[in-house]
Amino acid sequence: MMDGSDFGLQELLLMLQGAGVTLMITFWAVLGGTLMGLIFGVVRSVAPWWINWPLGGILDVFRSVPLLIQLVLVNSFKSIIGLNASAFVVSCVVLAFYTSSYCSEIVRAGVQAVPQTTRRAARSLGLTYWQDLREIVFPIALRVSLPSWMGLTLGVMKDSALVWWIGVIELLRTSQVIITRIQEPLLVLSVCGLIYFVLSYPISRLGARLEARWRDLD
Amino acid sequence: MNYTFHWYQAFRALPEMLWGALITIEVAVLSMVIGIAFGVLLALGRNSKNKLLYGLSTAWVEGARNTPALFQIYMAYFGLGSFGLFVDSFPALLIGISFNNAGYLAETFRGGLRAVPQTQMNAARSLGMSAPMAFRLIVLPQLFRTVFHPLMNQMVWAILMTSLGVIVGVNTDLSGVTQELNVRTFRTFEYFAMAAVIYYLITKLITISARIAASRLFRY
Repeated sequence: MMDGSDFGLQELLLMLQGAGVTLMITFWAVLGGTLMGLIFGVVRSVAPWWINWPLGGILDVFRSVPLLIQLVLVNSFKSIIGLNASAFVVSCVVLAFYTSSYCSEIVRAGVQAVPQTTRRAARSLGLTYWQDLREIVFPIALRVSLPSWMGLTLGVMKDSALVWWIGVIELLRTSQVIITRIQEPLLVLSVCGLIYFVLSYPISRLGARLEARWRDLD
Repeated sequence: MNYTFHWYQAFRALPEMLWGALITIEVAVLSMVIGIAFGVLLALGRNSKNKLLYGLSTAWVEGARNTPALFQIYMAYFGLGSFGLFVDSFPALLIGISFNNAGYLAETFRGGLRAVPQTQMNAARSLGMSAPMAFRLIVLPQLFRTVFHPLMNQMVWAILMTSLGVIVGVNTDLSGVTQELNVRTFRTFEYFAMAAVIYYLITKLITISARIAASRLFRY
């Protein structure tokens, strides 16, 4: 039945399109956020306190203010300074900073998980500072951080549902539009939830398995 | 840049916003209480050998953890209507956040239960303690210690999540009040900047008092 009042192929395709937007936002946010998070995290692990504390304080703001408020603030600030950026770009930027804040903590925890003695041993064996970071700290820290980073990525994907409030048509917004048209909220929302679940569940299981396996290796 | 900030106007709305902040804290605390209660039940269900209990609690936990919180609020607001349960925006917000909290806390509690080895219970029992006594004196304090920090984190999350209520039309919490002021005056930046500061202070208040409480409670 495709008379426009039932849930059919057309509606499903629309929702998948929305899911595509959700994934695009997640991709850019996680890419930008991870790069920034890596830099912030490493800086926070090695820098003296007078760099570490202010940087930590600023990053903490992104974790202490609701994402919705951050989105609205940046979006209205963009209009105030007359910047011509689309809601999509604003969403990606805000989510990227949000991601970087959490990512920097993950990176920091990873670096701190490498025992000082291991690093001293590496240096005594003649490795340079950068070799130590690259060959010793990075592999161990990666193992500690990867499961949390995967969790963060999924978290960002779920949090990206908020961006419709500033006008991006992603999965949840698409569902809402379809609901108002065909008046089948439970059905449409179930499909929407299923799409989120299918995107999120396999990766969350993988993360949990990696975490368990690497814990057993220790 | 031809925009003049009107901070004075925004400051005059401060009392109104602080009342909203109170509602925000109330919703968050209430959702935590409900979340803890259901979280404990779900943790027990996930450890249960009963297939039905295990299945139901697993579905809840995985559903809560693998879909957006806003989706869960939508489910309460739009979805429950299909069962003839028409919920207002405020209860929908509370149901959504509580559902989410319970899902995350269930895993916290399950991890906490695992962290106390069975041998300690055996030792306590062989020292002559009764099972409830051993649970209360040996298991519970250690359980509390491991779940304390995740619990406080979840509390901060609950505060942040309450802001989603405005999307389904809640107009009494901090975000809702801010949005009402915004619609009336179109001073979006000023009002939301003030809301951001208030949210920041609330979350800081929670994390700092949690840190003080932890240093008092877990001295040994």
